[in-house]
Amino acid sequence: MGGFAGNTGHDPHVLYTLSAVQILALFDKLDILDVGKVSSYVAGLQNEDGSFSGDMWGEVDTRFSYIAICCLSILKCLDKISVEKAVDYIVSCKNLDGGFGCTPGAESHAGQIFCCVGALAITGSLHHVDKDLLGWWLCERQVKSGGLNGRPEKLPDVCYSWWVLSSLIMIDRVHWIDKAKLVKFILDCQDLENGGISDRPDDAVDIFHTYFGVAGLSLLEYPGVKAIDPAYALPVDVINRILLTK
Amino acid sequence: MKPDRNKFSIEEPLSLSLDRSRDDFQPLSSTSERKMHGRPRKAYKPEEEAASASKAAKLRSLQTQFMSIHHHKIYTKEAIDLSRKLLEINPEAYTAWNYRKLAVEDTLSREESNQDLVKSILDEELKVVESALRQNFKSYGAWHHRKWVLSKGHSSVGNELRLLDKFQSLDSRNFHAWNYRRFAVELTNRSKQDELKYTEDIISKDFSNYSAWHNRSVLLSSLLARKAEGFTPNEKIPEEYKLVHDAIFTDEDDQSGWFYHLWLLDQTVNVETPLLTSSWPSHGSCINLSGGDGCLNDSSSSKLTTFCSDLGSFPLILYFDQPVSGVSSSTVAVDSELRGNEDLVWEPVSNKNSRVSCVWVARLNYMSSEPCFPKEYKVKVRIGNSPGIVSSRGCNFSTPYEFVFTAHVHDTVREDSQEVIVSWTDGFDIWDAQSKDLNFLVNLDQQMGLKWRQEAIEEEIELFRALSDSKIGKLTLARLLMAKAMISENGVKGVHYEEILELYSDLMVLDSSHYRYYKDEHSVALLHKVTSSTESLSRYLFQYRDINNSICLRLNNLSLSRIASVEKLLFVQMLDLSHNELHSTEGLEAMQLISCLNLSHNRIRSFSALDSLRHLKQLRVLDVSHNNIGEHSVDTTRYLCSSPLSNSEWTEDEVGRQMTSLVTKYWDAYFVLRDLDLKQLDIAGNVIAGDEFSSFVPQVVPKLVWLDGQKLRS
Repeated sequence: MGGFAGNTGHDPHVLYTLSAVQILALFDKLDILDVGKVSSYVAGLQNEDGSFSGDMWGEVDTRFSYIAICCLSILKCLDKISVEKAVDYIVSCKNLDGGFGCTPGAESHAGQIFCCVGALAITGSLHHVDKDLLGWWLCERQVKSGGLNGRPEKLPDVCYSWWVLSSLIMIDRVHWIDKAKLVKFILDCQDLENGGISDRPDDAVDIFHTYFGVAGLSLLEYPGVKAIDPAYALPVDVINRILLTK
Repeated sequence: MKPDRNKFSIEEPLSLSLDRSRDDFQPLSSTSERKMHGRPRKAYKPEEEAASASKAAKLRSLQTQFMSIHHHKIYTKEAIDLSRKLLEINPEAYTAWNYRKLAVEDTLSREESNQDLVKSILDEELKVVESALRQNFKSYGAWHHRKWVLSKGHSSVGNELRLLDKFQSLDSRNFHAWNYRRFAVELTNRSKQDELKYTEDIISKDFSNYSAWHNRSVLLSSLLARKAEGFTPNEKIPEEYKLVHDAIFTDEDDQSGWFYHLWLLDQTVNVETPLLTSSWPSHGSCINLSGGDGCLNDSSSSKLTTFCSDLGSFPLILYFDQPVSGVSSSTVAVDSELRGNEDLVWEPVSNKNSRVSCVWVARLNYMSSEPCFPKEYKVKVRIGNSPGIVSSRGCNFSTPYEFVFTAHVHDTVREDSQEVIVSWTDGFDIWDAQSKDLNFLVNLDQQMGLKWRQEAIEEEIELFRALSDSKIGKLTLARLLMAKAMISENGVKGVHYEEILELYSDLMVLDSSHYRYYKDEHSVALLHKVTSSTESLSRYLFQYRDINNSICLRLNNLSLSRIASVEKLLFVQMLDLSHNELHSTEGLEAMQLISCLNLSHNRIRSFSALDSLRHLKQLRVLDVSHNNIGEHSVDTTRYLCSSPLSNSEWTEDEVGRQMTSLVTKYWDAYFVLRDLDLKQLDIAGNVIAGDEFSSFVPQVVPKLVWLDGQKLRS
């Protein structure tokens, strides 16, 4: 079929297909894939209006637009979809506060913003973003503790150190937050006895937040951490290797 | 009183995500996120570990059984009930939701005539969703399943709205519920006006509901756009200001109303129909044109703009107040006797994928084979006589506009191509500019409904002066004063800038986390001030003797962190921005006449930050010495630079073929520099500037004559 599931025996979905492709790209093992089949599975999920469904059951969300574009770009098969329509759909999800939601009219949320900005970045379409308006909305995610929340009047969370931070970097407005304070927040979320990073200081750790904490530190140029690409969430040298060679 | 949102996060019955003994644990997706938030860090006691392990074993057994029925396509009552058990414990088991859809379709295909059975089956699905949502009211899988069931044509929308009211009271910020509400409302054809009233009810109970404000903005902008009965901007916008004041003034730290207020300000200041802001050449001006590298020694021309180009053409620039498309020789008529301009091609100054821009350029040829020099040509430009120029929001450029300028074309004595090195320190004379030389266009009479806009801004200014002590008070006041300066008639302009600059300086201290946001706004206000009148701008304008008295704007040592007011600076040919705090050239692309640019001693971190310079076809001299190029591992303009990384097409040249590793290493320098036609480049004082890079550059820029003050070839 071409798609990947979350685990053996589960149904295929675009979410896990991207994860599979990202992992293989990381280890430079994309050649074990049947690129034609995988890219056709993903491309086949594009709808008439340019949006993408997650799987055959038709849930539409801009998360899936990002996933499809990111996946096909890594596989160098972006020409299998209508990029123009995909971009049009994403732009239709732009809100009056400069942010993006999961579907047209949906509230701006940092996770969705990352997906939309990332997709626009990968397709060379960032001119659709009002960088000053969105930049202000994003920089105001930094609360007094130095951490970032995902939308107004919510609690800060280390995973937003990725969603908000990478978005700010892609639109060149990251200087609008206090980077030192954010570094301190992320480091305060570590479990110094058992390792790992949690969503907030003194909460339980998990690999999800550990990843985003480390990725956030990379974007903040924390010493000793490899440079990560803000659009693909993979190391810069991996993406450069894949995309800068003809 | 703000409800305590933390109170509503439900304690997890199982610590699934932490059970290290599980091999086939439910894969991570953003839908699992709720399990991993807000859980206190604590060591597990042995009895807790044991309880957790036994629950995990039960769940694992359930999953194994489920996988079997799913793969064998078993849709008996017992099998379907097994999937319900699984989903009630773990609503994130997405394969189980898929299975249930298959089961429903299987039954429906056999029993569609039995309406009662169909109804009871779909009702059962809705019950399962509801109980799954009680487990996790943010489960994407559960909400989608509900939508899928509804698409089968069942359930009253009244039921759905009642369910939504329940969720609203549990968590008024649940975006799944709000999205589902939009979906349900669409099924009923409930009016936007009714939904607008709904948002007002929520806001009046609790102003601190960003989701309600967001929904209000969506509904209201739609009603205004289609000019619904009773929805005109001059009536509605002032009403909305009153509504949002409570949200801003009650709790000065609560952001719920901030962005709505900013949207109202945008609606107040920005007119829908696109207008022409400025042009080069400007109306009534006179320009001297000559070709090649020849020098015009006519001193009487020192008061006028002299334009020299080895391209034999000059750029005719149109600057609109908002991005537009449709500028072409059909919508813009250029009448003159300059030969060779019959089929003008208008290009937007924007990235390759976009046909929309504020700035449009056509190149007019002036070097023809006719030997009648010097000659004076009148050029008339008429914009918008035919429809076609449209804003990105779909509004037509409606009021036709025309301007006239004179071009003096001089023949040139072609001297030996003397590659003169440009010095930024001497050779400058003060320039006594007249206002018609500068392009100040006053378009305000074209604005519709100016009165209500000015009144609304005045009222807001008065109100916010009283709130001056808070961050949002100062920031909004600064924005209101900037807005006032933008929509008021000439003459009042110089007045407010000192106050605006002071407000941003206060904010840099008051809200130091966002210091650099306020710094950027301060730079914008400063540039608006500098360009607000001929008098203030003249202090920074000079003429450079060695290059035909080119007009040089010297804005060095002003702590500028950002470029602005370029629409007033289209006439500038040499620009000195050295000794500032710029990290990007964003905005400079409109200044199409620039031939010499000094960016030394700034904070430029990469060549990708110079991407906008690729639009400057006249650029020959560039100084980026003493910056931070090559110092940082994070590139904040990586995706704002046209390259294969943003899937831009590129034709491989010899350098690309022969020097692949250097092209990959210095990718942004390669893509940016190869599109520039530089004669002189300075890169010293940057980490990147070593032997390797310095020998790579001339390969990429073959016509380069001077590199870091050294002549490259004879």
